[in-house]
Amino acid sequence: MKRESIVPAACAAVTYTVLCHPHHHTVFIVLTDGPGNKDDITRSKNEGKELSKEEKQRLRKQKKQQKKQKERKNEKSETEKEKTPVSLLPPPRPVATQKAPSALPAPASAPIPVPASAPFHSSPAPSPADKPAKSKAELKAERRARQETDRAAKQPGSSSSGIKTKVPLSELNPVVKRLPEHVQVDDPAVVKRLAKKLERQQIPLRSDYGYKVSLFSHLHQYSRKAPLTQQLSIPSTVIHPSIVRLGLQYSQGIVAGSNARSVALLHAFKQVIRDYTTPPNEELSRDLVNKLKPYISFLNQCRPLSASMGNAIKYIKKEISNIPSQCKEEEAKTKLLTCIDRYIEEKIVLAAKAISKYAIEKISDGDVILVYGCSSLVNNILCEAFEKSRKFRVIVVDSRPRLEGREALRRLVQRGISCTYVLISALSYILPEVSKVFLGAHALLANGYVMSRVGTSQIALVARTFNVPVLVCCETYKFCEKVQTDSFVSNELDDPDDLMVTRKGKTQLENWQDVSSLGLLNLVYDVTPPDFVDLVITDLGMIPCTSVPVVLRVKNLDQ
Amino acid sequence: MQQPSKMNEEELVEYFRTQMRTDPDMASAVAAIRTLLEFLRRDKGETILGLRESLKWATDCLTEVDSSVAVSSGGELFLRFISLTSLEHQDLSRCKKVMEERGELFLEKISLSRTKVAKLCHTFIKDGAKILTHSSSRVVLRVLEKAAAEKKRFTVYVTESQPDTAGKQMADALRRINVPVTVVLDAAVGYVLEKVDLVIVGAEGVVESGGIINKIGTYQMAVCSKAHNKPFYVVAESFKFVRLYPLNQQDVPDRFKYKADTLRTVSDLSDEHPMIDYTPPSLITLLFTDLGVLTPSAVSDELIKLYL
Repeated sequence: MKRESIVPAACAAVTYTVLCHPHHHTVFIVLTDGPGNKDDITRSKNEGKELSKEEKQRLRKQKKQQKKQKERKNEKSETEKEKTPVSLLPPPRPVATQKAPSALPAPASAPIPVPASAPFHSSPAPSPADKPAKSKAELKAERRARQETDRAAKQPGSSSSGIKTKVPLSELNPVVKRLPEHVQVDDPAVVKRLAKKLERQQIPLRSDYGYKVSLFSHLHQYSRKAPLTQQLSIPSTVIHPSIVRLGLQYSQGIVAGSNARSVALLHAFKQVIRDYTTPPNEELSRDLVNKLKPYISFLNQCRPLSASMGNAIKYIKKEISNIPSQCKEEEAKTKLLTCIDRYIEEKIVLAAKAISKYAIEKISDGDVILVYGCSSLVNNILCEAFEKSRKFRVIVVDSRPRLEGREALRRLVQRGISCTYVLISALSYILPEVSKVFLGAHALLANGYVMSRVGTSQIALVARTFNVPVLVCCETYKFCEKVQTDSFVSNELDDPDDLMVTRKGKTQLENWQDVSSLGLLNLVYDVTPPDFVDLVITDLGMIPCTSVPVVLRVKNLDQ
Repeated sequence: MQQPSKMNEEELVEYFRTQMRTDPDMASAVAAIRTLLEFLRRDKGETILGLRESLKWATDCLTEVDSSVAVSSGGELFLRFISLTSLEHQDLSRCKKVMEERGELFLEKISLSRTKVAKLCHTFIKDGAKILTHSSSRVVLRVLEKAAAEKKRFTVYVTESQPDTAGKQMADALRRINVPVTVVLDAAVGYVLEKVDLVIVGAEGVVESGGIINKIGTYQMAVCSKAHNKPFYVVAESFKFVRLYPLNQQDVPDRFKYKADTLRTVSDLSDEHPMIDYTPPSLITLLFTDLGVLTPSAVSDELIKLYL
């Protein structure tokens, strides 16, 4: 089943990479709008397993080359900044390679070129049958890589894509890109590696539950009835109790919603920092980061980290590692605590105020506004607008199994806003009445796609057909340097038992596990293409969906 | 030497009108910026903040005279541009001198912008092309003049563009440079589109989304060219970029929709006919500006660079 995705260059001189899962034989396309080379589109068919012996040798050679080039200073040129790195939330790797610092935020990283069948480092099981077919692709890849090196040699100071090109390690993520393990669950080697890592960190491994639909078999699927905390010994010496509590809250769905999860995470980290004491002969800046890694793995096991949480963690790690070594422990701790408080205040609370200010300009009297699910930001905006005596009414659209719209409805009605409640199946019925659609976002991806609760893309699509403007509200800390064009590659599978519903004492799907041909799918997120979104309201202002990479670039320059 | 006194409102308006009269080919925004520069020279303020306030007030005065989008965007950009310097000089007069110099630099840059745009755009007009344009735009005229000077043969269809029949002026100007031109009714745009190869229009303002605000009838033309799959090009100078983000026609502020006199005299605007409309970026193929040839999504990038 071959699937192709081509990403058009929306902005000049930006490099995009589309990663498609290898198992579904998808095509891997890189669109390079490098300095002066807009037509460099290369396609590589990724058939079967990724790495062959030759490629592994090549990789080893490249690593040696990189170590030699580590000193080479690359100017932080515009072009380098504009290249979107493809870091799919790299899990914290306790493996002590020189590449450990890559977990820290790197402003730009090497985009993955075609020969990055290499980054699919996962299973080194070569399939001899595919070798002849692949050698053509390899040759092509090598040729292209040679072109890249030539171009790079001609242009000192710009880092063109490529594992083969010399890139300074300090400024780019590890050139050999590893797919995060949470999208490679069907790969036994990856699972084994994960199990080993967790064992080392003394965190129990959570087992998958139930039959997974084949298209999503590469993702984890856990059951809510078996939280990870049951497998922890009491008292757990490795994991801080506030983190254990947080993990339980995540896995049971008590703390849900992008902002809520990030704030809870930051508060838990504050508690961790308060209780932390530097062991003798250790530096706080390094030891604390290492202490946090098992916590993050644990939280990841309880519920996969969201993009906003990922960014928050990056920020904290950066702050911790920037603590000067001569700083006293108490001083360092208070500094970190104020940093976290400031992050929450600036990126979440004040950002919400700024977004409300812009959004209220777009709400006029007599508007009928449609919202979906429960977004804390959108609710905030509507309440603020109501305070400023704008006359509007709201239609809340809801969907099973989460039924988050009920919470939004409750909050809005409490303020006195007149609301209507429908399920998503009635969407096309109600849309002719609607004048605007306000949507929240879980993350905004680097290619302008909006990742949000499942059902959002449906709403955007239908709204577009009815010519109703769609406005997405998103703080800038949720902007993610990931690139995704479909909802399959990276998603979250919730507990399939949630889909069972008991009516009149009968639960229809009670024995769904016994039916061999039946699979239950409970997706959590989906991505909406930028053509369906008219406007994104961020704390930096109102921007079109295609300008997300620009904001990312500006933010990286600031940092 | 006696310093000229600070400009008050009437002097401001009079200076602006004189500028417009002396050079009818000049964009109204350029005239506005000249006026603001003169205002800056004569200003007697003691503080930078006061200076900015008075410049804003002056821009508002000028917007009341000529309510086009370009005047307000040009004024704001002028303010941005001159205050972009690090105003760390202790001496206010030194600061003012720096601001004046930058103001003159800005003025110089934008006077050349039309030539830059023409240079970029005329290559898209091929020999034997049939061009459709809307109403009267001096930038489009400059582009067509350049193309004619490059010995290209093309014919032009101009819409009459009610209610002020500005299209006829455009047709006269084109006849003077010996370009075959036909004036068509606004209603005949769909009819004539199958014959034309490309559509070029000017813009009064370019908004953040990459869409444009232009004389009413432009949106219609854009929708028709999309339906016929003809390229729709916009030529605009960079000082027309404005920090507005309309979602649809209703979302454009009233102060741009109607002429300044109408806004002052008429109380109920629902009877008045708007003079401009908004064309969304999805219908525009390319924008030619003095910053280069941009796609609509790149406009936001440029705006962020200009304003942030």
